[in-house]
Amino acid sequence: MQKAIESSGIGKKFRETEALKDISFSVNESEIFGFVGPDGAGKTTLFRIITTLLLPDEGKMKVLGMDCKTGFKELRKNIGYMPGRFSLYQDLSVEENLNFYATVFGTTVKENYDLISDIYSHIEPFKKRLAGKLSGGMKQKLALSCALIHKPGLLVLDEPTTGVDAVSRAEFWEMLKKLRKYNITIIVSTPYMDEAMRCDRVALIQEGHLLSTDQPEKIREGFSRKLFSIKAPEKYKLILALRKYPDTITAYPFGDSVHVTFNNDKFENSIYEYLGNQGINNAVITETKAGIEDRFLELMDGGTKAQRHNGEKV
Amino acid sequence: MKNTVISVKNLVKKFGSFTANDNLNFEVYEGEIFGFLGANGAGKTTALRILSGLSSPTSGEVIVAGYNAKKDPEKIKKNIGYMCQKFSLYNDLNIRENIMLYGGIYGMSKSLIEKRTEDLLEKLNFQEYGDRMISDLPLGLKQKLAFSVAVFHEPKIVFLDEPTGGVDPVTRRQFWEMIYETADRGITVFVTTHYMDEAEYCDRISIMSDGKIVALDTPAELKRQYNAESVEEVFVKIARPVNNQPHPPAPSSGGEVKTTYD
Repeated sequence: MQKAIESSGIGKKFRETEALKDISFSVNESEIFGFVGPDGAGKTTLFRIITTLLLPDEGKMKVLGMDCKTGFKELRKNIGYMPGRFSLYQDLSVEENLNFYATVFGTTVKENYDLISDIYSHIEPFKKRLAGKLSGGMKQKLALSCALIHKPGLLVLDEPTTGVDAVSRAEFWEMLKKLRKYNITIIVSTPYMDEAMRCDRVALIQEGHLLSTDQPEKIREGFSRKLFSIKAPEKYKLILALRKYPDTITAYPFGDSVHVTFNNDKFENSIYEYLGNQGINNAVITETKAGIEDRFLELMDGGTKAQRHNGEKV
Repeated sequence: MKNTVISVKNLVKKFGSFTANDNLNFEVYEGEIFGFLGANGAGKTTALRILSGLSSPTSGEVIVAGYNAKKDPEKIKKNIGYMCQKFSLYNDLNIRENIMLYGGIYGMSKSLIEKRTEDLLEKLNFQEYGDRMISDLPLGLKQKLAFSVAVFHEPKIVFLDEPTGGVDPVTRRQFWEMIYETADRGITVFVTTHYMDEAEYCDRISIMSDGKIVALDTPAELKRQYNAESVEEVFVKIARPVNNQPHPPAPSSGGEVKTTYD
């Protein structure tokens, strides 16, 4: 199968800062491929290299069969890019923005309308409205329509759902799934783990390194220990007490519980007495399935910047 | 009996003919972590601005930290802390200068500011960064610092408006531990977020839709009521807008135009 993206040994420095280090991965055609990582991990730099807006210092990047360095002119016609910041013309109307993007790419809205109709139909009733006056969810739909209007082979979405509410986010992902039938490859970045689960494959990226690339379910299964969920009304006391408990390896708050790993993957019944002595009397301990976020925390653990800056003991 | 620190009765806020907050009623208790959720445009920001003394209700009674939002908004401002993701600290001041500025604004004495600054830097393990410009700090550090500054004057309540956008899971957890620690000290934490997994960390949550509060309870109880696995599922079930309208046109009067946009 032809690869939509082949990245081998990509490195990029900005003065002293190594933004990307030896990044190698490949993306299959029609795949939804996610990059998950914190702010500053290098996601945007990588996307700028993929979209030919930036040259790497090291390595080779091939997109849609073309080299990003030599084939950039042809490549740019075949990429749709939705940057993290809203990038449309706020003082043009919805319709004017869409027509503008179609014209720039030498096509018309009519020609590729079927591709965007699902998405654009949500905002079409407001086509005379200025883009700057749209709500967050609507802006996002318009930006996606504009990125798709020239029927690109590769769609690049940089944190498309930041600041968007949960309902609109769910709708957005449904739309992406529908694009599969047009043979469009999608790469998408997000800081949020729940969105990673919606991708075909995911690359975890941190401080310019790829930590892991796999199907989200496989990444999740990579969690190396038994994980326990502990609940008690006194959450803060519970975390502190568990950190001090001799058999605890890690203890992280996780929603309404604390996720804990122990030496030898088990706990003794004496832990209830220990917690009781710390003023926590109604702790409930259950074994639980690790999520992708647990795995990410495990992979990030140890010697990372986030850890060094940590005031508390983790 | 728990002490009530926020009491909202029949709160209505209108912008012209548009009702942004439609008869809100709720209470928030001392030391509670209260999650304030809703879709874009549901009216969260409008309510938050009223609760923090920045905007006045059209009708209804809002008492925050013992003061009436209509009569005494300035006193409310003195007794609360506020942090939002978009802007919290001055980029061209260093850490110590930012703390000094905020402490001064809240009328703290110089000696108290100096003492607490050193305590804070030590607690955050920031001693070596004290003279660094805010613009040089990574996002995660900035957010932790912004939160610490928001509670530096020991307010009764701290409002957090989407505080954790874009940070990694480790930093996000450290941030929530700071929230727990703050609530444990008796400071009430009132937080808005779009990320429903974060809602799970709250003691109680409310969900707004079209200007109304449509659900208010503990995350566990809401999941039970709506037969859902997660708060996200509850949210999608009840916060879905009736129609797919964009926001109503912004009211043209004065400086509150933005408040209808989340």
